[in-house]
Amino acid sequence: MTITAILILAAGTYAFRAAGPLLRARMVKAAARRGDAATAELPPRLTELMSTAATVLLVALVATSALTDAGSFAGIALPAGVLAGGVLAWRKAPFVVVVIVAAAVAAGLRLLGVP
Amino acid sequence: MASAIAVVGVSFGAIAVASGLDWWMPTALSVLVFAGGSQFMVVGVVAAGGGLVAAVLGALLLNARHLPFGMAIGEILGKGRLARLVGSHLLIDESVAFTMAQKDPVRARAVFWFLGPTAFVVWNVGTVVGALAGQVIGDTDAFGLDAAFPAALLALVLPALKNRRVRDASLLGAAIALATTPFLPAGVPVLLALGGLVVLIPAPERDEVPA
Repeated sequence: MTITAILILAAGTYAFRAAGPLLRARMVKAAARRGDAATAELPPRLTELMSTAATVLLVALVATSALTDAGSFAGIALPAGVLAGGVLAWRKAPFVVVVIVAAAVAAGLRLLGVP
Repeated sequence: MASAIAVVGVSFGAIAVASGLDWWMPTALSVLVFAGGSQFMVVGVVAAGGGLVAAVLGALLLNARHLPFGMAIGEILGKGRLARLVGSHLLIDESVAFTMAQKDPVRARAVFWFLGPTAFVVWNVGTVVGALAGQVIGDTDAFGLDAAFPAALLALVLPALKNRRVRDASLLGAAIALATTPFLPAGVPVLLALGGLVVLIPAPERDEVPA
Protein backbone atom coordinates (compact mmCIF):
# COMPACT_ATOMS: atom_id res chain seq x y z
CA MET A 1 0.00 0.00 0.00
CA THR A 2 1.33 3.42 -0.90
CA ILE A 3 0.14 6.94 -0.13
CA THR A 4 -0.34 7.46 -3.90
CA ALA A 5 -2.75 4.52 -4.13
CA ILE A 6 -4.69 5.82 -1.12
CA LEU A 7 -4.91 9.32 -2.62
CA ILE A 8 -6.04 8.04 -6.04
CA LEU A 9 -8.76 5.93 -4.43
CA ALA A 10 -9.81 8.87 -2.22
CA ALA A 11 -9.96 11.32 -5.15
CA GLY A 12 -11.90 8.90 -7.37
CA THR A 13 -14.39 8.07 -4.64
CA TYR A 14 -14.94 11.75 -3.85
CA ALA A 15 -15.49 12.46 -7.55
CA PHE A 16 -18.30 9.86 -7.67
CA ARG A 17 -19.87 11.38 -4.55
CA ALA A 18 -19.61 15.01 -5.65
CA ALA A 19 -20.85 14.27 -9.19
CA GLY A 20 -24.25 13.06 -7.95
CA PRO A 21 -25.63 16.36 -6.57
CA LEU A 22 -24.10 18.34 -9.48
CA LEU A 23 -25.63 16.03 -12.09
CA ARG A 24 -28.97 16.22 -10.33
CA ALA A 25 -28.98 20.04 -10.31
CA ARG A 26 -28.15 20.08 -14.02
CA MET A 27 -30.87 17.57 -14.94
CA VAL A 28 -33.51 19.41 -12.89
CA LYS A 29 -32.58 22.68 -14.62
CA ALA A 30 -32.72 21.07 -18.07
CA ALA A 31 -36.12 19.54 -17.29
CA ALA A 32 -37.43 22.93 -16.13
CA ARG A 33 -36.22 24.54 -19.38
CA ARG A 34 -38.11 21.91 -21.38
CA GLY A 35 -41.15 22.58 -19.20
CA ASP A 36 -41.14 19.02 -17.82
CA ALA A 37 -41.66 18.13 -14.19
CA ALA A 38 -38.39 18.41 -12.25
CA THR A 39 -36.91 14.92 -12.43
CA ALA A 40 -33.36 13.74 -11.94
CA GLU A 41 -32.91 10.03 -12.10
CA LEU A 42 -30.50 7.73 -13.86
CA PRO A 43 -32.13 4.98 -15.91
CA PRO A 44 -33.21 2.25 -13.41
CA ARG A 45 -31.23 -0.39 -15.32
CA LEU A 46 -28.02 1.64 -14.87
CA THR A 47 -28.66 2.06 -11.14
CA GLU A 48 -29.31 -1.69 -10.87
CA LEU A 49 -26.07 -2.40 -12.75
CA MET A 50 -23.99 -0.20 -10.42
CA SER A 51 -25.38 -1.58 -7.17
CA THR A 52 -25.24 -5.18 -8.41
CA ALA A 53 -21.63 -4.72 -9.58
CA ALA A 54 -20.70 -3.66 -6.04
CA THR A 55 -22.24 -6.82 -4.56
CA VAL A 56 -20.66 -9.05 -7.24
CA LEU A 57 -17.19 -7.65 -6.47
CA LEU A 58 -17.61 -8.10 -2.72
CA VAL A 59 -18.94 -11.68 -3.02
CA ALA A 60 -16.02 -12.59 -5.32
CA LEU A 61 -13.64 -11.11 -2.75
CA VAL A 62 -15.31 -13.18 0.00
CA ALA A 63 -15.08 -16.37 -2.10
CA THR A 64 -11.44 -15.95 -3.10
CA SER A 65 -10.23 -14.88 0.34
CA ALA A 66 -12.19 -17.66 2.09
CA LEU A 67 -11.25 -20.53 -0.22
CA THR A 68 -7.82 -19.71 -1.63
CA ASP A 69 -4.47 -18.69 -0.23
CA ALA A 70 -1.63 -17.58 -2.51
CA GLY A 71 -3.38 -19.01 -5.58
CA SER A 72 -4.19 -22.50 -4.28
CA PHE A 73 -6.76 -24.14 -1.98
CA ALA A 74 -6.70 -22.60 1.51
CA GLY A 75 -7.29 -25.79 3.54
CA ILE A 76 -10.14 -26.58 5.91
CA ALA A 77 -9.84 -24.23 8.90
CA LEU A 78 -10.22 -20.93 7.02
CA PRO A 79 -13.34 -21.83 4.94
CA ALA A 80 -14.89 -23.56 7.97
CA GLY A 81 -14.49 -20.40 10.05
CA VAL A 82 -15.99 -18.19 7.32
CA LEU A 83 -18.87 -20.66 6.86
CA ALA A 84 -19.62 -20.59 10.60
CA GLY A 85 -19.68 -16.79 10.50
CA GLY A 86 -21.86 -16.82 7.37
CA VAL A 87 -24.45 -19.10 8.97
CA LEU A 88 -24.60 -16.84 12.04
CA ALA A 89 -24.97 -13.74 9.84
CA TRP A 90 -27.79 -15.47 7.96
CA ARG A 91 -29.47 -16.23 11.32
CA LYS A 92 -29.20 -12.48 12.05
CA ALA A 93 -26.56 -12.75 14.77
CA PRO A 94 -24.92 -9.41 15.75
CA PHE A 95 -21.97 -8.42 13.60
CA VAL A 96 -19.42 -8.75 16.44
CA VAL A 97 -20.55 -12.34 17.10
CA VAL A 98 -20.18 -13.21 13.40
CA VAL A 99 -16.61 -11.92 13.25
CA ILE A 100 -15.49 -13.41 16.57
CA VAL A 101 -16.99 -16.86 15.92
CA ALA A 102 -15.44 -17.01 12.42
CA ALA A 103 -12.01 -16.24 13.85
CA ALA A 104 -12.49 -18.59 16.83
CA VAL A 105 -13.55 -21.56 14.65
CA ALA A 106 -10.55 -21.12 12.31
CA ALA A 107 -8.17 -20.67 15.26
CA GLY A 108 -9.66 -23.65 17.14
CA LEU A 109 -9.35 -25.99 14.15
CA ARG A 110 -5.72 -24.95 13.63
CA LEU A 111 -5.04 -25.58 17.32
CA LEU A 112 -6.34 -29.15 16.76
CA GLY A 113 -3.93 -29.55 13.84
CA VAL A 114 -6.46 -29.10 11.02
CA PRO A 115 -4.72 -27.27 8.11
CA MET B 1 -26.34 2.23 13.53
CA ALA B 2 -23.35 3.92 15.23
CA SER B 3 -22.34 0.84 17.22
CA ALA B 4 -22.44 -1.39 14.12
CA ILE B 5 -20.24 1.09 12.24
CA ALA B 6 -17.83 1.23 15.19
CA VAL B 7 -17.48 -2.58 15.26
CA VAL B 8 -16.81 -2.80 11.52
CA GLY B 9 -14.31 0.06 11.89
CA VAL B 10 -12.42 -1.71 14.68
CA SER B 11 -12.36 -4.96 12.64
CA PHE B 12 -11.10 -3.05 9.62
CA GLY B 13 -8.27 -1.39 11.54
CA ALA B 14 -7.22 -4.64 13.24
CA ILE B 15 -7.37 -6.76 10.07
CA ALA B 16 -5.48 -4.14 8.02
CA VAL B 17 -2.63 -3.93 10.54
CA ALA B 18 -2.66 -7.71 11.01
CA SER B 19 -2.19 -8.14 7.25
CA GLY B 20 1.00 -6.10 7.42
CA LEU B 21 0.03 -2.43 6.93
CA ASP B 22 1.32 0.41 9.11
CA TRP B 23 -1.33 1.85 11.45
CA TRP B 24 -1.61 5.13 9.53
CA MET B 25 -2.64 3.40 6.28
CA PRO B 26 -6.05 2.07 7.41
CA THR B 27 -6.50 5.40 9.23
CA ALA B 28 -5.79 7.42 6.06
CA LEU B 29 -8.18 5.16 4.11
CA SER B 30 -10.93 5.67 6.70
CA VAL B 31 -10.57 9.48 6.76
CA LEU B 32 -10.03 10.08 3.03
CA VAL B 33 -12.02 7.28 1.36
CA PHE B 34 -14.69 6.66 4.03
CA ALA B 35 -16.33 3.71 2.23
CA GLY B 36 -15.98 0.44 4.14
CA GLY B 37 -16.40 -2.13 1.37
CA SER B 38 -13.77 -0.52 -0.86
CA GLN B 39 -11.35 -0.17 2.06
CA PHE B 40 -11.68 -3.89 2.84
CA MET B 41 -11.19 -4.58 -0.85
CA VAL B 42 -7.85 -2.77 -1.29
CA VAL B 43 -6.49 -4.21 1.95
CA GLY B 44 -7.70 -7.74 1.07
CA VAL B 45 -6.25 -7.72 -2.45
CA VAL B 46 -2.93 -6.29 -1.29
CA ALA B 47 -2.76 -8.79 1.59
CA ALA B 48 -3.33 -11.63 -0.90
CA GLY B 49 -0.27 -10.43 -2.81
CA GLY B 50 -2.20 -8.65 -5.57
CA GLY B 51 -1.11 -5.56 -7.45
CA LEU B 52 -2.08 -2.06 -6.33
CA VAL B 53 -3.58 -1.22 -9.73
CA ALA B 54 -6.05 -4.13 -9.58
CA ALA B 55 -6.81 -3.31 -5.93
CA VAL B 56 -7.54 0.39 -6.55
CA LEU B 57 -9.46 -0.32 -9.77
CA GLY B 58 -11.70 -2.84 -7.99
CA ALA B 59 -12.30 -0.41 -5.12
CA LEU B 60 -13.19 2.44 -7.51
CA LEU B 61 -15.67 0.21 -9.38
CA LEU B 62 -17.17 -0.63 -6.01
CA ASN B 63 -17.57 3.07 -5.17
CA ALA B 64 -19.26 4.01 -8.46
CA ARG B 65 -22.54 3.28 -6.65
CA HIS B 66 -22.09 6.54 -4.69
CA LEU B 67 -22.99 8.54 -7.80
CA PRO B 68 -26.72 7.67 -7.71
CA PHE B 69 -26.68 8.40 -3.94
CA GLY B 70 -25.98 12.06 -4.61
CA MET B 71 -28.55 12.14 -7.41
CA ALA B 72 -31.16 10.74 -5.04
CA ILE B 73 -30.73 13.24 -2.21
CA GLY B 74 -28.81 16.10 -3.89
CA GLU B 75 -30.73 19.13 -2.52
CA ILE B 76 -30.92 17.65 0.98
CA LEU B 77 -27.23 18.47 1.46
CA GLY B 78 -27.98 22.21 1.36
CA LYS B 79 -27.58 25.13 -1.06
CA GLY B 80 -24.17 26.49 -0.09
CA ARG B 81 -20.92 25.43 -1.72
CA LEU B 82 -19.40 24.36 1.61
CA ALA B 83 -22.44 22.22 2.47
CA ARG B 84 -22.15 20.48 -0.91
CA LEU B 85 -18.40 19.94 -0.64
CA VAL B 86 -18.55 18.51 2.88
CA GLY B 87 -21.90 16.77 2.46
CA SER B 88 -20.72 14.87 -0.62
CA HIS B 89 -18.00 13.18 1.44
CA LEU B 90 -20.65 12.01 3.93
CA LEU B 91 -22.75 10.18 1.30
CA ILE B 92 -22.52 6.58 2.52
CA ASP B 93 -24.96 3.66 2.32
CA GLU B 94 -26.30 4.22 5.86
CA SER B 95 -26.72 8.03 5.86
CA VAL B 96 -28.40 7.93 2.42
CA ALA B 97 -30.80 5.12 3.36
CA PHE B 98 -31.99 6.85 6.55
CA THR B 99 -32.24 10.24 4.83
CA MET B 100 -34.34 8.84 1.97
CA ALA B 101 -36.73 7.32 4.51
CA GLN B 102 -37.76 10.86 5.64
CA LYS B 103 -40.71 12.47 3.82
CA ASP B 104 -40.23 16.01 5.10
CA PRO B 105 -37.19 17.71 3.45
CA VAL B 106 -36.34 19.78 6.55
CA ARG B 107 -36.31 16.68 8.69
CA ALA B 108 -34.37 14.76 6.02
CA ARG B 109 -31.67 17.45 6.08
CA ALA B 110 -31.46 17.28 9.89
CA VAL B 111 -31.20 13.47 9.75
CA PHE B 112 -28.47 13.57 7.10
CA TRP B 113 -26.39 16.20 8.92
CA PHE B 114 -26.70 14.26 12.16
CA LEU B 115 -25.99 10.74 10.83
CA GLY B 116 -23.27 11.63 8.30
CA PRO B 117 -20.86 13.33 10.74
CA THR B 118 -21.67 10.78 13.48
CA ALA B 119 -20.80 7.88 11.16
CA PHE B 120 -17.60 9.65 10.09
CA VAL B 121 -16.37 10.14 13.65
CA VAL B 122 -17.35 6.64 14.83
CA TRP B 123 -15.82 4.96 11.76
CA ASN B 124 -12.50 6.75 12.17
CA VAL B 125 -12.22 6.33 15.94
CA GLY B 126 -13.04 2.63 15.44
CA THR B 127 -10.34 2.28 12.78
CA VAL B 128 -7.63 3.84 14.98
CA VAL B 129 -8.63 1.70 17.99
CA GLY B 130 -8.57 -1.45 15.81
CA ALA B 131 -5.24 -0.53 14.23
CA LEU B 132 -3.62 0.00 17.64
CA ALA B 133 -5.10 -3.27 18.96
CA GLY B 134 -3.95 -5.09 15.82
CA GLN B 135 -0.34 -4.11 16.52
CA VAL B 136 -0.40 -6.06 19.78
CA ILE B 137 -1.45 -9.30 18.07
CA GLY B 138 1.47 -11.29 16.73
CA ASP B 139 0.66 -14.41 14.67
CA THR B 140 -2.68 -13.40 13.18
CA ASP B 141 -3.44 -16.76 11.53
CA ALA B 142 -3.27 -18.47 14.94
CA PHE B 143 -6.07 -16.12 16.05
CA GLY B 144 -8.08 -16.88 12.90
CA LEU B 145 -8.04 -13.23 11.81
CA ASP B 146 -7.81 -14.31 8.16
CA ALA B 147 -11.30 -15.81 8.61
CA ALA B 148 -12.63 -12.65 10.30
CA PHE B 149 -12.14 -10.58 7.12
CA PRO B 150 -14.25 -12.65 4.66
CA ALA B 151 -16.83 -13.34 7.40
CA ALA B 152 -17.21 -9.59 8.06
CA LEU B 153 -17.67 -8.89 4.34
CA LEU B 154 -20.13 -11.77 3.98
CA ALA B 155 -22.26 -10.35 6.82
CA LEU B 156 -22.25 -6.96 5.05
CA VAL B 157 -23.37 -8.24 1.62
CA LEU B 158 -25.83 -10.91 2.79
CA PRO B 159 -28.92 -8.61 2.79
CA ALA B 160 -28.30 -7.64 -0.88
CA LEU B 161 -28.30 -11.34 -1.89
CA LYS B 162 -32.03 -11.65 -1.12
CA ASN B 163 -32.66 -10.26 -4.61
CA ARG B 164 -32.58 -13.19 -7.08
CA ARG B 165 -30.84 -11.34 -9.93
CA VAL B 166 -28.16 -9.96 -7.59
CA ARG B 167 -27.65 -13.44 -6.10
CA ASP B 168 -27.33 -15.15 -9.50
CA ALA B 169 -24.86 -12.53 -10.76
CA SER B 170 -22.82 -12.84 -7.56
CA LEU B 171 -22.66 -16.65 -7.64
CA LEU B 172 -21.61 -16.68 -11.30
CA GLY B 173 -19.03 -13.96 -10.57
CA ALA B 174 -17.62 -15.87 -7.59
CA ALA B 175 -17.33 -19.02 -9.73
CA ILE B 176 -15.41 -17.09 -12.39
CA ALA B 177 -13.09 -15.59 -9.76
CA LEU B 178 -12.39 -18.96 -8.12
CA ALA B 179 -11.77 -20.72 -11.43
CA THR B 180 -9.24 -18.10 -12.57
CA THR B 181 -7.45 -17.62 -9.22
CA PRO B 182 -4.78 -20.34 -9.80
CA PHE B 183 -3.68 -18.72 -13.08
CA LEU B 184 -3.85 -14.97 -12.50
CA PRO B 185 -2.26 -12.47 -10.09
CA ALA B 186 -4.38 -11.70 -7.00
CA GLY B 187 -6.97 -8.97 -7.55
CA VAL B 188 -7.53 -9.70 -11.25
CA PRO B 189 -9.93 -12.66 -10.65
CA VAL B 190 -12.12 -10.38 -8.48
CA LEU B 191 -12.36 -7.91 -11.39
CA LEU B 192 -13.21 -10.75 -13.81
CA ALA B 193 -16.11 -11.63 -11.49
CA LEU B 194 -17.93 -8.65 -13.07
CA GLY B 195 -18.60 -11.11 -15.94
CA GLY B 196 -21.36 -12.40 -13.66
CA LEU B 197 -23.29 -9.23 -14.55
CA VAL B 198 -24.41 -10.91 -17.83
CA VAL B 199 -27.21 -12.29 -15.64
CA LEU B 200 -28.72 -8.78 -15.69
CA ILE B 201 -29.12 -8.67 -19.50
CA PRO B 202 -32.72 -9.89 -19.63
CA ALA B 203 -35.02 -7.07 -18.43
CA PRO B 204 -36.10 -7.50 -14.80
CA GLU B 205 -39.63 -8.61 -13.97
CA ARG B 206 -41.62 -5.86 -12.30
CA ASP B 207 -41.19 -7.25 -8.77
CA GLU B 208 -37.43 -7.77 -9.22
CA VAL B 209 -36.34 -4.14 -9.54
CA PRO B 210 -34.30 -3.30 -6.44
CA ALA B 211 -35.73 -0.46 -4.36
